[in-house]
Amino acid sequence: MPKIDRKVILKKDIIVKCLKKIINPDNVLDHEDELRPFETDGLSAYKQKPLIIVFPENTEEVSKILTYCNQEKIKVVPRGAGTGLSGGALPLADCVLLSLGKFNKVLEIDYKNRCIVAQPGVTNLSITNVVQDKGFYYAPDPSSQIACSIGGNVAENSGGVHSLKYGTTTNNLLGAEVVFMDGTIVKLGGKSFDSEGYDLLGLITGSEGLLCVITEVTVKILKKPQTTKAALIGFSTIEDGGKCVSEIISNGIIPAGMEMMDKELIHATDNFVKAGYPRDAESMLIVELDGTDSDVSELIESVNNIAKKNKASSIKISKNEKERLKFWAGRKAAFPACGDMAPDYYCMDGTIPRGKLTEVLREIKRLSKIYNLPVANAFHAGDGNLHPLIMYDSNDKKALKKTEKFGAEILKYCVKVGGVLTGEHGVGIEKRELMCEMFNNTDIQQQIKIKKALDVSSLLNPGKVFPILRKCAEEGRVHIHEGKTKFPNIPRF
Amino acid sequence: MKEKQNFLTSQDSEFIYPKKEQEVADIIKTFYKSGFPIEIIGSGSKKEIGKPLQCEKTLSLLKLDGIIEYLPEELYIKVKAGTKIDLIENELKKNNQQLAFEPIDFGYLFLGKSNCGTAAGQVACNISGPRRFKVGSTRDHILGFRAVNGRGEIIKSGGTVVKNVTGYDLSKLICSSYGTLVALTEITFKVLPAFKESKTLVIHNLSIDSAPEYLQRAISSSNDVSGASFFPTEPACNNCKMNIENTFKLNDLKNKGSLTAIRIEGLKKSVNERIKNLISELKVSESNISILENLQSEIFWKKIKNLELFSLTQNNIFRIVIPPSECIKLIYELPNNFKYFLDWGGAAIWMEACQLSEQKFESIRKKVVKHGGYISMIKNSSFLPYVEDVFTINSTRFTISQSIKKSFDPKKILNPGKMYTGI
Repeated sequence: MPKIDRKVILKKDIIVKCLKKIINPDNVLDHEDELRPFETDGLSAYKQKPLIIVFPENTEEVSKILTYCNQEKIKVVPRGAGTGLSGGALPLADCVLLSLGKFNKVLEIDYKNRCIVAQPGVTNLSITNVVQDKGFYYAPDPSSQIACSIGGNVAENSGGVHSLKYGTTTNNLLGAEVVFMDGTIVKLGGKSFDSEGYDLLGLITGSEGLLCVITEVTVKILKKPQTTKAALIGFSTIEDGGKCVSEIISNGIIPAGMEMMDKELIHATDNFVKAGYPRDAESMLIVELDGTDSDVSELIESVNNIAKKNKASSIKISKNEKERLKFWAGRKAAFPACGDMAPDYYCMDGTIPRGKLTEVLREIKRLSKIYNLPVANAFHAGDGNLHPLIMYDSNDKKALKKTEKFGAEILKYCVKVGGVLTGEHGVGIEKRELMCEMFNNTDIQQQIKIKKALDVSSLLNPGKVFPILRKCAEEGRVHIHEGKTKFPNIPRF
Repeated sequence: MKEKQNFLTSQDSEFIYPKKEQEVADIIKTFYKSGFPIEIIGSGSKKEIGKPLQCEKTLSLLKLDGIIEYLPEELYIKVKAGTKIDLIENELKKNNQQLAFEPIDFGYLFLGKSNCGTAAGQVACNISGPRRFKVGSTRDHILGFRAVNGRGEIIKSGGTVVKNVTGYDLSKLICSSYGTLVALTEITFKVLPAFKESKTLVIHNLSIDSAPEYLQRAISSSNDVSGASFFPTEPACNNCKMNIENTFKLNDLKNKGSLTAIRIEGLKKSVNERIKNLISELKVSESNISILENLQSEIFWKKIKNLELFSLTQNNIFRIVIPPSECIKLIYELPNNFKYFLDWGGAAIWMEACQLSEQKFESIRKKVVKHGGYISMIKNSSFLPYVEDVFTINSTRFTISQSIKKSFDPKKILNPGKMYTGI
């Protein structure tokens, strides 16, 4: 992490006093016991207590805090719900952790303009909850949607299982109010489409809290499709499953969701939730289709035909909503199911071209044998996002090292076949040193110049995204020990 | 080095046509060292949008063209920056695919005939067609790019996959930057399946009081509407004729007068069902509607997309983008002698005004901003050949934009002042 500024640590009492003058003193925490719950985020292998935590209640307070920290050269780490899986909200020993926890209100439901204005601490699922009685919903649905905050979604450009058809956060965001490190408050976008000048809204989306603090968001809401059905398709080889995915897309079908699991995960999840998955299959697809009744019937038939052509060993079509949800139940239990099978697991997050799936899975299996570590694979086949789950026992120090090396090799292979390091979890501290696999020094320097243009002294969330070691160290993954995740009740898939 | 300096001193031609990315980098590096500005264009089809530049040299990306990689099953096409949009669209058509954001052919507006621009120009201007409210604009369909910044460095961002959060999303920043940040060299577009069937429900003779409400109800329904436009009757101006009948000469259009058009696309059976649903949900009388079948529907929306209503006009054309709920209020605040049509369900207003003054344009801008929108001058006229503020921006965003510009182009050599004075 960045070098600790000892002067700031020595000044802790003065800083606390100043912050207590800026905001309600009750909203400034500095006792060791109060800091401990915030020492990590969803990437719980890494822990670091912040120097101080602040809970501003409005945008002006955020602005004043940032202005003060900027003047005093104090690092600031913004934090939403802290559910991120790449260590993006990991505190620094000499930082003020700025929690948006008190920004938890939906400010406006605007059906005329089909949007919602919300504070950043509102959970993703709450956005849908407040409009679902009128048949609307918010499309991006990261698996942690029950707990993750909409502000965090913007910071990470969160996706979900429906990204291919409905896009990620960036495609569903209309506007945001943000505060830059110098305290400048600015409204980007609004309720109209696009904006003139540079697309600053697009730039800050997915910037992992390095460019600004988000204090308000305006997101699109969509009318729910009339019908949604899912097909559960088993294949006796991974190749057949992969070919089926490509052929569905080649036939002009854009499913609402298309998920793939390998044999290891089919067994793990079926043991865990009894989803009725084809246990003899080497790979399995869940293809979800939505639209009008006739759309869905026609598309299901096409998918059925394509699956048969690609030697599907079993095909089930959901007869009702209950059965559709049952199909999903296993997939959504993928992470906890792995936690049930081994003391520890690492979750990777690369995206690959769909057509390279068989090749990548074969490589993962090859590496699995070499490293002698079991791996189960979940794959958002629609958008190419692959989540290999490497199982190991952290009590064996050698296994941990092996796992880390294995994980890095998978991500490097994803990049080698034309994919990317991270599809939805973000770079954070986890993949920071692997950035050199995708970008050369000039690319990274251009991004750093943008960072410095908006945060001259690099005080906002430093140590994340950009390589520090410059040698692409192979470390850091989502670390789960004995099934004890940081947030055990949040679904992860 | 001598050869590179020739770019600056050569009297032969105002235009430089690099054929390779490295040549683009070499040229810009030379200009960076000298500090002289250079105009970056694709084919120049949208050159009139934005402020005029006074650069001695123009770098055209036209000869940096060609499809690099097209993988229909991976839903992307990677092209060199100067590749013409019609070439890309024709290639995609062979596989029943499309650029879903409907690139506008500005040739009809500026020349009275088709003049498709380049991939780079489309990205640099980020102006998208009628389907924007459903599928997003150009910025939502760029997966990655390669480019040369104002220091002459080759940079890249993104990739070829839709789900990618590795590093800042610079593709968004490059879209609508009008060549002021980088000279693009390579672009990867997301492509989508073309729709098998298109049909349009046209409601005749609605007024501005009620048409936007119909459009909004249609968009807010489950019928997955992909186009929603309104063409009013004649404005109170002899020099701005609506010309609806001449523009849309279609057999399926039953009545004259105003048109409220709602497009449905998809599978044939579903399209028919949804058109029926719309008729019933909007409670429109069969005698007051026309249905445009597949081919006519396609022609109709192509004409809308390409702004053929304003073809060869001598007047100023500007575009207003506002929250749809503000559309009617704004229209009532504007003079009634402007010709206009609503697109994106009322979220976009394309307007033609004769004898427009800069003062009048600025007073419209104030009203638009008050309603939460923005306005851009698209075409100048001999009456008003220049406006100082072509695009809308406030002082805070201007300051931030200056910092962003500096991070890409510290000496302000790429299209300086094209968007805003000082950027």
